[in-house]
Amino acid sequence: MCRILNFTLALIFGTLIAVAQQPAGDASRGKELYDKKYLCSACHGFSGQNGVGARLVPMKLTQAAFMAYVRHPHDTPTGMPPYTAKVMPDQELADIYAYIKSLPDSAKKAKDIPTLNDILNSQTNHP
Amino acid sequence: MARFRKRLVETGPVGRRGFLKGAAAGAAALVATPPEAAEAQERQLASGGSATAATPTQAALNVDVGNGRPIPGINGIALSPGSDYMVDVLKQFDFEYVVANPGTSFAGLHESLINYNNNVKPEFLTACHEESAVSMAHGYAKIEGKPMLVLLHADVGIQHASMAIFNAYADRVPIFMIAGNWGHAVQAHNAQDMALMIRDMIKWDDEPRSLAGFADAAQKAYSIAMMPPMGPTLLVVDEDLQEMTNKEPNLRVPKFKRIQPPSGDLGSVREAAKLLVNAENPVIITGRSARTANGMTLLVELAELLQAPVSGGDRMNFPLTHPLSGTGIPGTQADVTLTLEVNNAPVGRNGGKTINISSTILSVKNNYQDVGDRYTAADIDMAADAEATLPALIEECRKLVTADRKRVFEERGKKLAEAHRETKRKDIELAAIGWDASPVSLNRLYGELWPFIKNEDWSMVSWDGFMGGWPRRLWACDKHYHYIGAQGAGGMGYGAGAAVGAALANKKYGRISINVQTDGDLNYAPAVLWTAAHHKAPLLTIMHNNRAYHQEVMRMQRQATSMNRGADRIHIGTKLWNPEIDYASIAKGYGMYGEGPISDPKDLAAAYKRGIERVKNGEPALIDVVTQPRG
Repeated sequence: MCRILNFTLALIFGTLIAVAQQPAGDASRGKELYDKKYLCSACHGFSGQNGVGARLVPMKLTQAAFMAYVRHPHDTPTGMPPYTAKVMPDQELADIYAYIKSLPDSAKKAKDIPTLNDILNSQTNHP
Repeated sequence: MARFRKRLVETGPVGRRGFLKGAAAGAAALVATPPEAAEAQERQLASGGSATAATPTQAALNVDVGNGRPIPGINGIALSPGSDYMVDVLKQFDFEYVVANPGTSFAGLHESLINYNNNVKPEFLTACHEESAVSMAHGYAKIEGKPMLVLLHADVGIQHASMAIFNAYADRVPIFMIAGNWGHAVQAHNAQDMALMIRDMIKWDDEPRSLAGFADAAQKAYSIAMMPPMGPTLLVVDEDLQEMTNKEPNLRVPKFKRIQPPSGDLGSVREAAKLLVNAENPVIITGRSARTANGMTLLVELAELLQAPVSGGDRMNFPLTHPLSGTGIPGTQADVTLTLEVNNAPVGRNGGKTINISSTILSVKNNYQDVGDRYTAADIDMAADAEATLPALIEECRKLVTADRKRVFEERGKKLAEAHRETKRKDIELAAIGWDASPVSLNRLYGELWPFIKNEDWSMVSWDGFMGGWPRRLWACDKHYHYIGAQGAGGMGYGAGAAVGAALANKKYGRISINVQTDGDLNYAPAVLWTAAHHKAPLLTIMHNNRAYHQEVMRMQRQATSMNRGADRIHIGTKLWNPEIDYASIAKGYGMYGEGPISDPKDLAAAYKRGIERVKNGEPALIDVVTQPRG
């Protein structure tokens, strides 16, 4: 309970600070940072959807919440390492956020993909 | 009883090994143009083969032509060499293949295998690296359940092979290895105790001093390799013993009899049966329990009898399509857990009982304790082979199942089937995420292949650990050869070799072998692609090309951020880019079909179709797919 409260307070506090300092992001710069400089793709996929990390697309967090999370991920047990402003400046983080927001959500339902629909039918229809 | 076929070799001028007599002069001629060759030969003859400033020494020439010393026998010709007898002994083990990177230390055996034995059972496979040779034997054994013969060139060959040997040891795979001992020309290729450097990662070794001793040691080496827990064994054979004329009187090939693996004692089996039949939520966890296809059949029989869920295992022990495949009914705790050949078996949680059947404790080495079993405080602990014990356990359970228990089992079975269905539904739904992503997602890479193999006899001969486990989540894996698992000790460089060995095992059954190949692993010893092409392995290799040693990319990311510095430099030493490696060209260079790189998932189906056609025609093919980093 105490842990949840601490996390909530940290998130609110972090969000408030971040809201006050939110730079505008550039998606094209963000792509370079996401794919090559910081290799965010290592865990989240180039797609932002595939990999061992959290699914980022569609991005549902506000920029402020996203930035607060990247700075303090240890408050939640996701395995995400913390990126301080020294390691990844605010402007670059904003660029990355803009890029993630621009990524298409290529998730469909399995039944809408013939190959997967076939697998679904053949493997879940046992008595 | 097989009889040693004594054979006299022709003693003509170009008889067996007779060419070596004049090989030194021949070598000089080979490296020069014709007039120069004549001059070189004249100089050499005039000097009696001694060193001059202009020509190499006789000793150096001898080494160049592979003749470390004069061949023993009459006029340099060995009569009935020891290596022929060795082949007679080895024939009893019904080896399908012998694999080696050629080496002078086992030249006698090599020659006897291809000439005396006509290169049939075993057929000689040419490997370009000893690590590939042993990895091939590793993959082969996982399909066939028996060893491939591997020849290693002295201490240098053993050192090349050592990583692959460690993988096989940790993975409990039988491999029969022979290393030559040879120090006549290169002192560094000799050792007083050749096996020392790998003794901690093999089950047994010996260095027989006579041919009779070889027969005895070979039978022991085979039996020990095949006895659960299975593992590699090594014989060290001096080149003299191979090449000298056999003079041992009354030498016969002793009869070989296979030893049966140990089953659990009946008292413990009966106690285990009582616990299992009376349990409300029994679960079965497997490790390497199915040594053979029958191991799977037996486990299905036990699971269906008890209506108990089966999970675990890095290779196929139980059909993954079976309604009882799974970890149990959600929200329930196991009251009895049966573990079969599981390393470090979990002891009963929340007061539950544990029954452990494992052979691992029967062969333990001090230096690699985590590879084997730590002490398991199970309620019933049998030091026995699980597969050999299952028939008795099934029988004892069957005796105890009453009509009332059967009704309970049936109700449990319905809930387990629903849990299995739900897990499958979720897995397949997750596969839709990033289906259209470029580079290609691992779920798409595997999912897109399924239509091309589902009506074929197929075998997945690579690990799916860095790939989200998608083949086991999406494909109908229900045969023992549908998935062969991981490296054993986690040593990279295993994948491509194991895939080729497994594909050669599958070849005679007409199976299509599929290898989804990580790029980092292939680059340890890529020339095994040539071996696949040369020996026509029906193997489709699909590159999981994420252009990195990706595990280490993620590790460096964590390392750098935890030090609060340099998160933009983690590519240094971890990425395989600048330049990007062209795997299709590499495949073509080794003489096989290559295609790619493919980044757009829409191009996959057509490429797969072309690749599968090649494989169905009995040749290997490689398709380079640029992928999302992880599955």
